[in-house]
Amino acid sequence: MDSSAVDGARQPPARAGSRLCTRCGERKAALKRPKTLEQICRECFYVVFEDEIHRTIVDNNLFKSGDRVAIGASGGKDSTVLAYVLSELNRRHKYGLDLFLLSVDEGITGYRDDSLETVKRNEIQYGLPLKIVSYKDLYGWTMDDIVKAIGLKNNCTFCGVFRRQALDRGAALLKVDKIVTGHNADDIAETVLLNILRGDIARLSRCTFITTGEDGPIPRCKPFKYTYEKEIVIYPYYAITHYSYILMSLCSTHQVYSYGIYSPNAYRGFAREFIKDLERMRPRAILDIIKSGENFRISTTTRMPEQGICERCGYISSQKLCKACVLLDGLNRGLPKLGIGRSKGMAGGDSDSEQQDKRSERNRSSLQGKHGNIDF
Amino acid sequence: MAAASSCGGAGCGPHCPPAAVVAEDATAERLGRLSLSRDCGRCGGGAGAVAVAGGVGLCGECFRAHLFGKFKLSVTSNAMVRPTDSVLLAFSGGPASRVALQFIHEMRSKAIESWDASNSQALPVFRVGVAFVDESVLCSKPEQEIDMAIEDIKSIVSSLSVGVKATHIAPLEDVFSPESTDGEGRLREVVGLIDDDTGKEDFLQCLRMLSLQKIALENGYTKIMLGACASAIACHVLSATVKGRGYSLPADVQYVDTRWEIPVVVPLRDCLAQGLSLLCELDSLKTQQHLDRPSNGINRLVASFIERLLEENPSREHTIVRTAQKLKPFSFNKFSADGYHDFLPSRLRPKFQNVDNDESTFSEILCLICGSPFSESELRNMESTKHKAQKKTDLYTAHCCQNCHFQILPSGGNLYEHFFSLLPKFWTGKVDTVSASHSLLRDQIEEYLLEDNDD
Repeated sequence: MDSSAVDGARQPPARAGSRLCTRCGERKAALKRPKTLEQICRECFYVVFEDEIHRTIVDNNLFKSGDRVAIGASGGKDSTVLAYVLSELNRRHKYGLDLFLLSVDEGITGYRDDSLETVKRNEIQYGLPLKIVSYKDLYGWTMDDIVKAIGLKNNCTFCGVFRRQALDRGAALLKVDKIVTGHNADDIAETVLLNILRGDIARLSRCTFITTGEDGPIPRCKPFKYTYEKEIVIYPYYAITHYSYILMSLCSTHQVYSYGIYSPNAYRGFAREFIKDLERMRPRAILDIIKSGENFRISTTTRMPEQGICERCGYISSQKLCKACVLLDGLNRGLPKLGIGRSKGMAGGDSDSEQQDKRSERNRSSLQGKHGNIDF
Repeated sequence: MAAASSCGGAGCGPHCPPAAVVAEDATAERLGRLSLSRDCGRCGGGAGAVAVAGGVGLCGECFRAHLFGKFKLSVTSNAMVRPTDSVLLAFSGGPASRVALQFIHEMRSKAIESWDASNSQALPVFRVGVAFVDESVLCSKPEQEIDMAIEDIKSIVSSLSVGVKATHIAPLEDVFSPESTDGEGRLREVVGLIDDDTGKEDFLQCLRMLSLQKIALENGYTKIMLGACASAIACHVLSATVKGRGYSLPADVQYVDTRWEIPVVVPLRDCLAQGLSLLCELDSLKTQQHLDRPSNGINRLVASFIERLLEENPSREHTIVRTAQKLKPFSFNKFSADGYHDFLPSRLRPKFQNVDNDESTFSEILCLICGSPFSESELRNMESTKHKAQKKTDLYTAHCCQNCHFQILPSGGNLYEHFFSLLPKFWTGKVDTVSASHSLLRDQIEEYLLEDNDD
């Protein structure tokens, strides 16, 4: 792997007070870099943006030469930029990676159709093979079917749980060694805060890891760990202009599903807003939160949930059955609210005992429905 | 309770509160107070519940006992106050420190009672003093208002039945004496050199602690008691995280902090601000709000974020504090001196003696300004800068944590020398001593050392 810095990384002395790029000192400054507020030119922005990601990859030994790597591609801005930058860096620095695009089709009419189009275009543009795994194939249900069954509330739970597994299952089909996702610095800072707010010390200790699941079959890593969301937005604005239009229209749709009014945790939205306010006040705050997250003194005696495997599908799970199997079981048995939230009474006045009966019945019976015979 | 009195005796019964009162009730309920007349869940007596604690409605008496119980438990179970101690209570006049004053005074009254009753009178009773740090130099409030606030504080302290040892009203600029005659000018100048609003506020916080330490040292106090409550600590947890101080965070959220010359104890760590305010109101404890310090920058942003979270879930502050408590504390977060626990009741002593003393040696390197312990990467940085250090200023800079470096040190490196020359000698003196002893040691062993570039 070529770890030498790219040409533009040399730092000529900055000319104070001028509107010239503070980095190269030659060209006119075109933007204020969100991460540092330095005024730099467009060319230098590409260089620092790509170079920082390269450094992250090299310093953390994310890949080995010859690795097969799946890029989790949602068609949103983060993963599209990741696919582009990673294929560029792979070529430029001779990482020797076999890159693939891996998309999940949740089956949401009008939402995924567009983004899958984007991913398909990426396939042609960057010459990366694409694999699309659909909820329909994996679980027998599309998200639209699920929403029909359970209504608009709580469908985020299904979508999130199913997507996490779908990516792993797709990656297994592609026989890759690693999955990379487009999680950026803002996402990680937000997760650190949320884990503090809900007192989840186990997750707090591992949410800042750049690579997770190293003991599992397919590790995941986040090359954008230190990359600001705003810079990811700026990058295609200049570099891959023709994509940006589609990207922008997609982000807004995605937000509704992730943080929308139906989201059970309103504080997730507050946290995101808080981070944006912080960034305005002190841009380095995002990196500082990540730094805090990395440095927390978490006692080695802290009890971590035991990682086991799902009895039914073999996917990693801390319980007897993985969350996806529990949810799927509920769907197939016409009890879609099984496995959502705590053991609250179910709609329609079901009493607790009735619910418990159903639960124990569920544990006894094997999955009989025609859908969802999934093996990992 | 509020509903019953809402009609003002107009005779229309308790079921028809006017609209204004309904709105008031909603606010009151947010403050953790019950507006409906319900019986106390603890004593079951006739008294109506006025507050909620631990999911149970409590009457005024029980609520008070509940808070006092928490206070007393944290004092006794952490051996915060020994009979021989002289405790200096940092008193701002706000509800939290007001309650702390009331409770410690109560504990002292009881101790005096049992001392009177005991035959041997072998153990002395701890003493209590009160300190107020006067920051009027830096605030734009009219003099009259400040005088009033100080008068209020004096009258609050003098109203206590068992007298306190002394009330110390110390101007913040006193931290520069005796080395400087113009403390006020020096304080203004050094604060003026800090560009960042949050940095300014945090710097003043450090000076405040220094001021308390100074009062305690000069007047023979052995403990400093702070009124920091769970709500304040929750704010600190988030703002420290946001400032990148995740490593040193656990040092600031414990009951005991012995990294200062005079140890600091925080007995109200488990009480929420709203509960303490409510208690002040119920017991008509006089507080003063004239000199409330408005917070700025990141600290204010964090406070408003938490306020918003509380609307969604009133116990969020507790969860945040609990998360921070799960982090590993430092060796200085407990009393470990030999013989420290000798005065404790024999039933409590084994608890402290069984604590393993593996890391009792105090080896952390602390930031020159804020006193936060250095993380591994900061230590590495410090070592490498120290080796290259040419001037004393470089040494001082190396002894500042990354956060202080960013938000407190002036932005131009050429101002460092001036900045450090203005700081109280108490801070810079420590680095001088360390470096002097280091170089002395080096001189002694010089002939055995190999040059760095030899390997």
